[in-house]
This record gives sequence, C-alpha cells and structure tokens, in this order.
Amino acid sequence: MSNVTFTIDGREVSGRAGQTILKAAEASGIYIPRLCAYKNLVPHGSCRVCSVRVNGRIQAACVQTISDGMVVENDSAEIREFRTAILDMLFVEGNHYCMFCEKSGLCELQALAYRFGITAPQYPFLNPDRPVDLSHPDVYLDHNRCILCGRCVRVSQELDHKNVFQFVDRGYRKRLQVNGEALAATRLAVTDEVTASCPTGALMRKRVGYAVPIGQRPFDAQPIGAGNLQTEDSP
Amino acid sequence: MSTPSKPRVATTSLCGCFGCHMSILDIDERLFALADLVEFARSPINDYKEFDGRCAVGIIEGGCCNEENVHVLEDFRKHCNILVSMGECAINGGIPAMRNNLPLRECLEEAYLKSPGIWNPAGILPNDIEIPLLLHRVYPCHEVVKIDCFIPGCPPPADAIWDTVVALLTGKPVTLAYERLKYD
Repeated sequence: MSNVTFTIDGREVSGRAGQTILKAAEASGIYIPRLCAYKNLVPHGSCRVCSVRVNGRIQAACVQTISDGMVVENDSAEIREFRTAILDMLFVEGNHYCMFCEKSGLCELQALAYRFGITAPQYPFLNPDRPVDLSHPDVYLDHNRCILCGRCVRVSQELDHKNVFQFVDRGYRKRLQVNGEALAATRLAVTDEVTASCPTGALMRKRVGYAVPIGQRPFDAQPIGAGNLQTEDSP
Repeated sequence: MSTPSKPRVATTSLCGCFGCHMSILDIDERLFALADLVEFARSPINDYKEFDGRCAVGIIEGGCCNEENVHVLEDFRKHCNILVSMGECAINGGIPAMRNNLPLRECLEEAYLKSPGIWNPAGILPNDIEIPLLLHRVYPCHEVVKIDCFIPGCPPPADAIWDTVVALLTGKPVTLAYERLKYD
C-alpha cells in the first residue's frame, strides 16, 4: 500500500491510500471529535461533528479519504465554533435531561459538549413530543434522547444482521422507527451489539443504570478523546 | 454591618427546587470569605424580598414557569449588572420543562383531577387571583431576558459557583475547569 502524506493543523501526518482522514488522524494520535462514527461500521457522515476544513472546504473527516499534500484544519477556532453549533442543535432538537439520565457521565453527546465547554445552547429549545418504548423486557428506546446518528440502524444491519431499526420521514420530521409494532415485536436481543452502540441514552439496557459512581465515570475527570474512547480498529 | 463599598449580590429561586442554593451553602468555610467579599441584597439567604439598589451580580436558580417568575427575573435584570443562570432549570428549564410538550390543561387535570388519591369532588382547578398564572410552557431564563453567564449542573458543584462568583467580582474571565462543568 502506498503512503500518503498530508497535514492536520500544520502537523505532518501519513497514512495509507484509501484511509479516511478520521482514521489516519487517529493512527497518528490526533483526535477528531465524532458521534455517528462507530468501530467496524461503514462511515455514515450524518452527524457532521467530525467536520474539518480540507483544502479550504468543509468535509466530514469520517468519509473523506486522504490524499497527498492535503491541508486539513481540525482544531481551529472556526471549526470549534462550527462543531459547537452542531452540538447545540442536537441538544435543542431533543429532550436531553442529563440530571436523571442513566447515560450521564457515559454519554458521548454530553462528553463532547463538556469538551467544547458548552454551558448553554445558543438556540431556543424545541421540546418536541417524543415517545418512549418500554415494551421490550431488557431494552428500552427513549426517542427524547435520540440524535438520529444512525449508529443503531447500521449496527443492527451490518453487525447484528437483524435490521431492527430504520429511519422514516425526512428533514425536521425524520425519526427512528423499529421494524415491528414495538421494540418487543422485533428480533432485538439484549446481547446484540446494537444495545451497547448508542452514543446517548436513547437505546439502553434495563436494570443496569447508575452502576458507576459519580466521579468514576469515563468522562468525569478527562474529556472524550483523551484516551478513553473506543478506538477505530479497522482501517 | 457591612460597608457600602462591598459589591452587592442578589439571588433568587424561580421554578427550581432550591438545590442550587443548597450548593451555594456547600462552599463551606468559604462562606466567611464570601461574607467578607460581598453584601447580600435581595436573596433567600437573608430573606430580603425587594431590591433597595443596584447589584453587581444577580444569580438566578430555576426557569420561568409562571408570570411571577417572569416579573422577578425582569426585576433582577433591571437591578443587576451581571446576571448569572445557575443550574439546569435556569439554563434549559430542567425537570419542570418536561411538561413543555403537553397541553397545560392536561397537566392541571392530571395533578388536580385524575391522579390517584385526589379528593376534588367539585372538579376545581386552582384559579385564585393570589396564585400566579402558569405559562403555557417553562422557559429557560435566557429565552426571557439577557443572561451574561451560565453555571451548569444539577446542582452545579459548589466549586463551580465559587469560581464563577470570585471571577465575576474580581473582573477576571469566567472559565470553568473541565471537572466543574457538569450537566448532572
């Protein structure tokens, strides 16, 4: 495989031809924030949190492949502002109540907001009316916390080979749907990879909440991307 | 008594649970330093109900769920140089905002007519003139007036409150350390 050399924030980075910016950066120890990217999945490019400026244009680092001499801007003030705006939108579009959420301290959306130092979103809250599906004996689906990253859709298809989740409708009305009357009517099992794949508290195992004491949770002491993230293992 | 040269701080709890004010008390022995540093104006801490002058800093706990909350918040904005939203309810409405996607009438009927154990044969919903009218939804403070500074947390860690107040009173930029920026 041929080597490709490019720069991220002025630092020279090399990777293999065909590798994405996100994975080449990670292999060189540079963290690019992301939400919809997940290990062993085909990149999706839906959340846009990994957006970087590539040769002057905004691109999603999880899908854009590297090329020789590419100039990537990752941690500039402009890109940080851009990502903060995306995170703010994700927060106001749903109903994210961290104070009682079982995912708090383990949540990647919350952890990214901590990393970007967000104290309050810059947009008005929409407070949408969203359902909670408690039908399954071992797993629940709280649409209030869903950010439509598509991880569950893809993990269920690509890794579990079950196709339990799908997106329906478009734009502002886009939402997650299960392939059945309710979660209990699907082939979802608690042992499926998908159960652990949700970055927020939308898809959660029942009866295991609040297991890690406050202060010892992954993102309590150090930000996401500071060595505590699941690493992208395949090229 | 305090000297008039001390900066004055006002606090209030709107649609909150007073947990954030408990967190203020959690600064422990630094309360003595705080008492040296500031003079409390209108606050539940000294039980003063009205403003009697301008304040350097106003600290708001809770969001706006009724018309009285809005009046108090506007009064704070009018009297305070710097207004601080303290805690999740002030910042995003918090637990009370969970009613925001339900019609107000449905919430009142659930609370006063339908809940188990309710004895209300006349089917009356509270509507006394003394009771502040509920807003159709709960608003975070920054959607009602201009807010200058936010301290997230439910409640915010005492250290986060202390760091913010000290920075504001000494004219330094407010930056919360990573481990003090929390939403829970």
